[in-house]
Amino acid sequence: MARLARRALHGLFVLFGVSVLSFVLVELAPGDFYAEMRLDPRISEATVRALRARHGLDRPLPERYLRWVASLARGELGYSFAYGTPVAPLLWPRLRNTLLLTGTATAAAWALAIPIGVWWASARGPAVRRSLSVLMATLLAIPDILLALALLLLAVRTGWFPAGGMTSVGYEQLSRAARFRDVVSHLVLPASALVLCVLPALTRHVRASMASTLEAPFVQAARGHGIPEWRVVFGHALPAAANPLVSLFGLSVATLTSMSLLVEIVMSWPGLGPLLLEAILARDFHLVLGLVLASTVLLLAGNVLADVLLLAADPRIRAEET
Amino acid sequence: MSDEPLVTIRGLTKRYRRRAAASSAPVEALAGVDLTIERGRVLALVGESGSGKSTLARCLVRLEEPTSGEIHYEGTEVCSLRGEALRAFRERVQLLFQDSAAALSPRLTASEIVSEPLEILGRGDAAQRRRRALELMETVGLSSAEADRRPLDLSGGQRQRLAIARALALKPRLLILDEAFAGLDASIQAQVAAVLQDLRRREGLTYLCISHDLALMSVFADEVAILFEGRIVERAEAARLFAAPAHFHTRALVAAVLSVPPLAEATATS
Amino acid sequence: MGGRDPGKIIGRFRRQGANRHSEFRTARAPPYHARVPGLLEVTDLAVAYEAGGSPAPAISDVTLGIEAGEAVGLLGESGGGKSTLLLAVLGLLPPHARVIRGSIRWRGRELIGLPPSERRRLRGAEIAIVFQDPALALNPVRRVGSQVAEVARAHRAQGAARCRADALAALAEVGLPDPDRLYHAYPHELSGGQRQRVVLAQALCCRPALLLADEPTASLDSTTQAEVLALLSSLQSRLGLAVLMASHDLGALAALARRVLVMYAGALVEEGTPAEVFGAPRHPHSRALSRAYPRPPRPPRSA
Repeated sequence: MARLARRALHGLFVLFGVSVLSFVLVELAPGDFYAEMRLDPRISEATVRALRARHGLDRPLPERYLRWVASLARGELGYSFAYGTPVAPLLWPRLRNTLLLTGTATAAAWALAIPIGVWWASARGPAVRRSLSVLMATLLAIPDILLALALLLLAVRTGWFPAGGMTSVGYEQLSRAARFRDVVSHLVLPASALVLCVLPALTRHVRASMASTLEAPFVQAARGHGIPEWRVVFGHALPAAANPLVSLFGLSVATLTSMSLLVEIVMSWPGLGPLLLEAILARDFHLVLGLVLASTVLLLAGNVLADVLLLAADPRIRAEET
Repeated sequence: MSDEPLVTIRGLTKRYRRRAAASSAPVEALAGVDLTIERGRVLALVGESGSGKSTLARCLVRLEEPTSGEIHYEGTEVCSLRGEALRAFRERVQLLFQDSAAALSPRLTASEIVSEPLEILGRGDAAQRRRRALELMETVGLSSAEADRRPLDLSGGQRQRLAIARALALKPRLLILDEAFAGLDASIQAQVAAVLQDLRRREGLTYLCISHDLALMSVFADEVAILFEGRIVERAEAARLFAAPAHFHTRALVAAVLSVPPLAEATATS
Repeated sequence: MGGRDPGKIIGRFRRQGANRHSEFRTARAPPYHARVPGLLEVTDLAVAYEAGGSPAPAISDVTLGIEAGEAVGLLGESGGGKSTLLLAVLGLLPPHARVIRGSIRWRGRELIGLPPSERRRLRGAEIAIVFQDPALALNPVRRVGSQVAEVARAHRAQGAARCRADALAALAEVGLPDPDRLYHAYPHELSGGQRQRVVLAQALCCRPALLLADEPTASLDSTTQAEVLALLSSLQSRLGLAVLMASHDLGALAALARRVLVMYAGALVEEGTPAEVFGAPRHPHSRALSRAYPRPPRPPRSA
């Protein structure tokens, strides 16, 4: 318990550091939201200056930072210049869509990685091992944009799945069940793209952990007692091999907001990706800051989750702590 | 050879703080050990797991700092040595570990392993070091053919002898053998023991041999000290220990020695 | 004066259920009435490892027999083929090892060529094994009791409650105090001796007829070693268990075995009682092993 409290405190420090660093970095980047406006000859210098003053862009950096923290406390996360509204109401629906996509993809990836990895580790014949090795290496090598584009191509050519977006036209008129089906059919392709990107690394970790556990003496001892092989693999080897995988799972949570950026942009999924791209290009930096902070919070939560899960999974670590 | 003992240990104590919040009482690995090691002899330290034997060995070579107590090596107080003096002390006293496979770097060849201490201290050039390494390997009965093989390609007995060769590189006076015979077959143990005895006679070394195997120590060592719960509880020559054990733990250890029918031969056993 | 004496230690072994008159050092074989077919009969067994092309023989022309309730020792150095022999009997040879020829008969039934599922049924239920290091033979993330109960579940068609009861009985039988509490312990919470007893409980849970032991006392302290050997001896006489113990430690074999087989470079080179093999060995290898064994200056007092 004390350990978790300490972690929470560290987390706050990290958040503080990230916010300060982001503020400074954006400041160092050339230009701001009104830079393009200044290039337009029709808009006078005075107008630009007035606009900047209205949004407080001419104030010194520390003051801007404190005003931003104040708006954080109000729950607004700053003010978006491009959209003219506070950041928070822009962020939440997009965040929800992204989490829907990445959550589904992560769950599916783990659900596939474990059986494939176990199979890969315990397969006797070299043919299985070699073909899986080649398959995973190929998947790892293909960039995720390419995968996403390839899937889009599939969608367009075959018409089995909608080519992009999250909802079809006329979504509001649909019944509850139909709406659910609609979202699912739009979800399949982007989620598949993500799963294919993430699967190779996960399966390799599962395989590596299982392979070393399957050589452990207690596995041989379990076989010696006449325990059926499937029970040896899933009841003995897999729980003992779980340590690194549990930590990895926690870290998977940490990357939930960031892993789908490119795929969302390519497949027009209305998540954080397209929003972030626009915000960066437009120098809408409160929005960028809000997104960065959301990612950081998830990262910290993922780390804490990894720790907690490890504590629950391995009695030896519990013994060290208590 | 002077009559002064080589090493005198007085009141050596080592306490570990457990991380466990529940039991705040520290673990006492050594609880006031008093021991002298005579020059040129083999002293065995016999104890079960948890008796503190390895802790004692590590404190002796300053791999760990004792909580309190004194260690005198040839009159010098060891626990307060620093820097150059500590390095000089470490050349005089060497520690040999149990698992030779874990104690030798798997990436180096045999001769590189033996010459590594010389290399670290910058003694001699590469050719001299290699010559010395081959000399040392010959002393322990390893042929020059093994010089370019890696530890994992050698047998357990060969590895242990390689570790001995490395320990001898800096011409120590005292060799601490921490369970150096464990895990070896009896005939390999006998081989390694023969090499060690031979070395001791030739170079005038002193051994502190730490083990849980009372039978082996009774044959290998001149004297046996029994370590129990962090204290020396008895010390005597092996024959007397077996004939009339005084402490109850000694009696337990003696009773636990498994007897094997004596070899019906005129020549001496082992 | 205070303190324990060897008599009390021996007495503790006795109280573990051993026959009142049996000493913990020598095991008594059942009387032979007529020629009964041996429990285990190995004939001309040869096993080779295939390491990159040419097969390297691990054991060759091994012939041995074990009667019901008999304690047999297998003496040999590391790498001499003892483990290979035990694994071959169990049917757990690694994938790159093959039985080249020979037969292994269990209660008259040929084991070589039996489908793997059949052999698995025998393992643990009729032929059980304990390996060397008990710290490594138990799953570190599972509770000890469930690991014992699992063996019962694998071989007996019965519910979880019955399996748990069997496990508790097995834990009590191997002399563990307070089996109810130890049932829920993790392996790292137990001492080395307790862990070895748990491993024995696993092996004996389903009452096998033969126990194979691969260096069971090698990683134990001497007092723990003596306790485990006494336990094995008492279990043997109580349950009528046959034991085949492979070890490089002459002392352990002398304490437990009635008959010792000496293995050298994959072949059996000598056979006899401990007194014969260690006291008056015929084969040069047996003599070398016996000579190398450290015998204390004066034999310890017997009970």
